[in-house]
Amino acid sequence: MFVVLVWLGINAFLFVHFYMAFLTPRWFYTRVLLGHALSWARAPAAALNFNCMLILLPVCRNLLSFLRGSIQFCSRTAARQLDRNLTFHKLVAYMIAFHTAVHIIAHLFNFEFFWDAQLTNDTSSLPYVLSQIGNNDNASFLNPIRNNHTSPTLITFTTIAGLTGVAITLALILIITSSMEVIRRSYFEVFWYTHHLFVIFFMGLVFHGYGRIVRGQTVSSLRTNQPERCFNHSDTWGEDGSDCAVPEFAGNPPGTWKWVLAPMILYVCERLVRFYRSHQKVVITKVVMHPSKTLELQMKRKGFRMEVGQYVFIQCPSVSRLEWHPFTLTSAPEEDYFSAHIRIVGDWTEALYQACGGDRTEPQEAWKLPKVAIDGPFGTASEDVFRYEVVMLVGAGIGVTPFASILKSVWYKHIQKNQEVYTKKIYFYWLCPETQAFEWFADLLQSLEGQMNDKGMSDFLSYNIYLTRWKETEAAHFRVHHEAENDPITGLKQKTLYGKPNWDNEFTNISTKHPGTKVGVFLCGPPQLGKALEKQCLSHSEADTQFIFNKENF
Amino acid sequence: MGKIEWAMWANEQALASGLILLTGGIVGVAGQFRGWQFAAYGVAAGVFVCLLEYPRGKRSKGTSVARTGQYCFTVCVKAFGPLTRNYYVRAFLHAAICVPGGFMLATVLGCVCLGIASLIYLAAAIRGEHWEPILPRTETQRKPVPPSIKNPPSNPPPRPPPEMRRKRVDDLEGAAYDNPIPVTANEY
Repeated sequence: MFVVLVWLGINAFLFVHFYMAFLTPRWFYTRVLLGHALSWARAPAAALNFNCMLILLPVCRNLLSFLRGSIQFCSRTAARQLDRNLTFHKLVAYMIAFHTAVHIIAHLFNFEFFWDAQLTNDTSSLPYVLSQIGNNDNASFLNPIRNNHTSPTLITFTTIAGLTGVAITLALILIITSSMEVIRRSYFEVFWYTHHLFVIFFMGLVFHGYGRIVRGQTVSSLRTNQPERCFNHSDTWGEDGSDCAVPEFAGNPPGTWKWVLAPMILYVCERLVRFYRSHQKVVITKVVMHPSKTLELQMKRKGFRMEVGQYVFIQCPSVSRLEWHPFTLTSAPEEDYFSAHIRIVGDWTEALYQACGGDRTEPQEAWKLPKVAIDGPFGTASEDVFRYEVVMLVGAGIGVTPFASILKSVWYKHIQKNQEVYTKKIYFYWLCPETQAFEWFADLLQSLEGQMNDKGMSDFLSYNIYLTRWKETEAAHFRVHHEAENDPITGLKQKTLYGKPNWDNEFTNISTKHPGTKVGVFLCGPPQLGKALEKQCLSHSEADTQFIFNKENF
Repeated sequence: MGKIEWAMWANEQALASGLILLTGGIVGVAGQFRGWQFAAYGVAAGVFVCLLEYPRGKRSKGTSVARTGQYCFTVCVKAFGPLTRNYYVRAFLHAAICVPGGFMLATVLGCVCLGIASLIYLAAAIRGEHWEPILPRTETQRKPVPPSIKNPPSNPPPRPPPEMRRKRVDDLEGAAYDNPIPVTANEY
């Protein structure tokens, strides 16, 4: 939130500063033609420079991951800010769209005023006189509309500024419409490919100012023609005896490249890093088909190191050369392979499933498995889990995946290395609409449960599974088996609960059981649940017990 | 990109174009630019396009997310039947609407954007997509509540004698009994 305020402040400052910068004497004659529309166009231009510089940075995930690693040692709060990278990227994008709109509207007025000035055809009017300057050398002119045979539309399509302006605005509009949530969530490829129009956007942006079409009086000309004194005597400019020479105008050198060059280079580096990492050899060691269309891929790559709850981007060239899709790692760092559980919901996952021989029943030869490439791992909030003494993990549906990694890792830490693990208690909540998605995770929980009982640590992990939707037939089944010792759905000793959890109660219970501790709350799920949990964290964080909310997002 | 429904993107693009055309038109009219008649046309055309494109169509696969308050627009658009259902018609309509916008700088951007939307609609039409209204599910679609549940049961359920009912944890096999009346859920 603080970062957003600082960013808004800088935007406002730049806007006002550059607005005022064009109210100086150098721009006096320009303002005679354009009035304040000049400032209204230049101010958003400055803000645009700033925002276009920023927009590439939040999506440099390798850079961010590296920064996150080094900041982690400093403080938890700074590291969490980097999690909001996608949200910030979108915010900056909206600001770019807004400033673009202001900039374009102001220039529409500017062109109209320029045209008006050229068409007055009245030698006693100052705007007309100003527009005729530079007719001889075509260099010291003020009005880009050079004669009355042209029009704003023609100028737009025959000047560098105009052409680049139209091109980059179109690119921006296409990027925005294809990034709408509906399109992004359902047709990822359209979103991803169209988004690459940003290359055209940045190239056009850098060249947008090369025509130097916005012109002010040159410094040398200011000495021979002071606007405040001379503007009334336009009919005697340059004549013998008058102390006002004909003013000369030139445009500012293009400045956008100074703002965006560094981020562009950083982004190119980011893509190179991704490219390099993607060419490291990755071997699929095992493929497991879980019920309800979940595919588990176990892989190995030389030198691969991960932390809990991180995610990777997976590419399968035989399925698609250009698509990289993010998946949370479900294996623990202590294991000698890394794995991802992939739900088969679309084109790419379906094709991946078939390439891995999922629809065939007989075992596959290892060499027949497709080649894959991995970019990552990238860190998200889950890495912080072990820094809290008490932890609440909430996963909704498929959002439970990062927690598979955490639970396994916690278990390995306890049994293998017998380390002093800082985390003493985990409360785990899994919300699921239907029974079918349970199986692979239920297996994991079952094995953990068994192992914990053996070690006498059965109260280390307390988990609650909530079925938020059920059918009547199932309800009848539960009624009958209510007395059974193990849960009829998951086979676990802790029972499945129905409906949604009463968060107020849960938070109150936890804060009474663990007074004076910082409780970390981790969510992987829908935004509404996030808001509800965030509210609960704030309202239950009194005196000693503090609930600190962390959210994963893709 | 096998399963993409181009119409979804065309709809977003067309709606954006309508807004841009409208804004450009307003600027042209308010600033009394030369050629303001084209700007006035831009306002009218922009409003028309926005009204036409506001109701999102139903996706053939997956859940459709309706825009807020789009129901009345859906009804209006639906009333035109095949004219609005068919995407070829929409493609040509948008192409025709966008042309006058190209005569004035303020509306030129809206014109080009609408032209692009028209091309995407053409792609959608060639792939055989068409517009389906998103209508709310009506009451009759829900299964009627069977009469048997309305009244509370008048007789207690049949139970075996108390000795059998007590929980015999030590002998789980023996504690199981057969219910004389079969227990099934209400199936329809």
